[in-house]
Amino acid sequence: MSDPFLDAHVVVRRPAHTLDVHLRAEPGEVVAVIGPNGAGKSTLVRALAGILPLSDGHVVCDGETWEEPRRGVRVEARRRRVGMVFQQGLLFPHLSALRNVAFGPRSRGESRGDAETVARDWLGRLGVGDLAERRPGQLSGGQAQRVAVARALAADPRLLLLDEPLSALDVGVAAALRLELARHLARYEGASLLITHDALDALTLATRVLVIDEGRVAQDGSPDDVARRPATDHVARLVGLNVLRGVSADTSVRLPDGSVLVTATPARGEVSASFPPSAVTLTAGEPVGSARNRWRASVTSVAPHGSSVRVHLDAVGGLIADVTPTSSARLGLVPGASVWATVKATEVSVYGGEEANR
Amino acid sequence: MRTRAGRGPAVGRAPLRLLLPAALAVAFLTLPLVALLTRTPWSQLLGRLTSQAVLQALRLSVVTSLAAVAVVTVVGVPLAWALARLDFPGRSLVRALVIVPLVLPPVVGGVALLTAFGRRGLVGAPLDTAFGLTLPYTTAAVVVAHTFVALPFFVLSVEGALRATDREFDVVAATLGASRWTTFRTVSLPLAGPGLLAGLVLAWARALGEFGATITFAGNFPGTTRTMPNAIYVELQSDPDAALVLSVILMAVSVAVLALLRDRWFDVAVQGAVRR
Repeated sequence: MSDPFLDAHVVVRRPAHTLDVHLRAEPGEVVAVIGPNGAGKSTLVRALAGILPLSDGHVVCDGETWEEPRRGVRVEARRRRVGMVFQQGLLFPHLSALRNVAFGPRSRGESRGDAETVARDWLGRLGVGDLAERRPGQLSGGQAQRVAVARALAADPRLLLLDEPLSALDVGVAAALRLELARHLARYEGASLLITHDALDALTLATRVLVIDEGRVAQDGSPDDVARRPATDHVARLVGLNVLRGVSADTSVRLPDGSVLVTATPARGEVSASFPPSAVTLTAGEPVGSARNRWRASVTSVAPHGSSVRVHLDAVGGLIADVTPTSSARLGLVPGASVWATVKATEVSVYGGEEANR
Repeated sequence: MRTRAGRGPAVGRAPLRLLLPAALAVAFLTLPLVALLTRTPWSQLLGRLTSQAVLQALRLSVVTSLAAVAVVTVVGVPLAWALARLDFPGRSLVRALVIVPLVLPPVVGGVALLTAFGRRGLVGAPLDTAFGLTLPYTTAAVVVAHTFVALPFFVLSVEGALRATDREFDVVAATLGASRWTTFRTVSLPLAGPGLLAGLVLAWARALGEFGATITFAGNFPGTTRTMPNAIYVELQSDPDAALVLSVILMAVSVAVLALLRDRWFDVAVQGAVRR
């Protein structure tokens, strides 16, 4: 058997916790890393990038040993061919989008002209070619993150590390960028690691999911596998999404039962629309707020779920709602009870379907 | 309801026993400046300005203070970077040493410089025997004295500015393949630009007004070490009007600096210097 493209055993000992994770990936693979805060996701990324030294283990990528403390091997971060996308984007605020993206090729020794040609190409591929001369301060969150992705890819990395790239964005913007990211990741020839706390990211973008808990791998499998048979409560909660399938026209998704789900993301064709249980609000009487998605439902089951209460409802083929114990008591939620469930259009993520308007 | 904290009538009238001393303090601070302006022989200003002694002092001051700022920049930026970005044992000690000249009486600074670089000084004696170089009482000594007093202002200002920029940008640059030097040059330094400018102006103003250390270490020779403050000191005894003219010029420079720094850089620099 040939050696894997990325072969890492990352051991980082910290006073508070130890990270000990085995990770392998082949070219073209997108490995989603999910786990609760403090599980060691960011530590893993930083160790692979060479920003944080390993205490033990090894990192080998594309046949090159990047780090192996026992043999005293350590390649500096800048000599590893790693591209990183950060949650906050972290574009250099004093440089234009173009020069941000040209930074990598420039640092690797290309002439300014060549670097800018590469940069223009990448900005174009990410759909922000017309924003090349703008400073980061003049870009929206979604635009800035596109530039950040272009910047990471323009440096021609062997390993792409995405540290919660969508979590700082609005739901609609994140949905649009998620689609595009999926396309770029599918085309990317190196291995990608996607840190996320969003099950949707993990299930739509990844070819494999690595679940980390308390510094160790709790589960390693296909997205489908992990979603169906979550090994940790965290993942169970993460993937406990409400997913509705239907046909979308602009911002309305017609569901199989004939009702319409209003979203904030224009899309066309067969789509999946999802929203987390925490986005579902329950009221006793017909709701009066601005939420346009409302269903009359009866409670099928009620169970404690972490610090909240998970309520299963019989509306639109089965909905899950998370409510606080207080409202559960106030609404008298017992099986058979009748309630109204509402979801704001902005809480709904839409994916699949034909190319969304950008 | 909250009005602007403590300012509105809601919390009562401001007590006279606070207002009076405050007004007194303002009067005390402005009166000498007003006096200086009223006593200045404005009709003779132009004539005085072009007099040999004044021109000489003015030229010397400009040259030495700018030379000092150049030296301060060349060594101060790297020191500020090291303090802001490197973890090394004794960093707080180094920072304390950097701050010492801020609180040291300038005359003491001058004496200290003499004991180090004087003809019999720690470094001065070997320099003298080896190369025949003597520093004290030369124009170079003026620059040394200026540098000694101005460097701390600059280092604190730039260090504050470097610390204020997100260190994650260094990480980003590293993952993009940049060496630390490239990162410093193309990322850290430009981002710290406003703090750097503020530091430059503060250092220059401090050097321009430097008196105690200069006169102690460099003496007061017309043309070589008689800077503006030194000239004011001399003229006050022989020709008070000339002293007034020189003083007004320095005051104008100070006001100009204040006006320049009024914007955000000043806040950045002062906060940077005060925060530690």
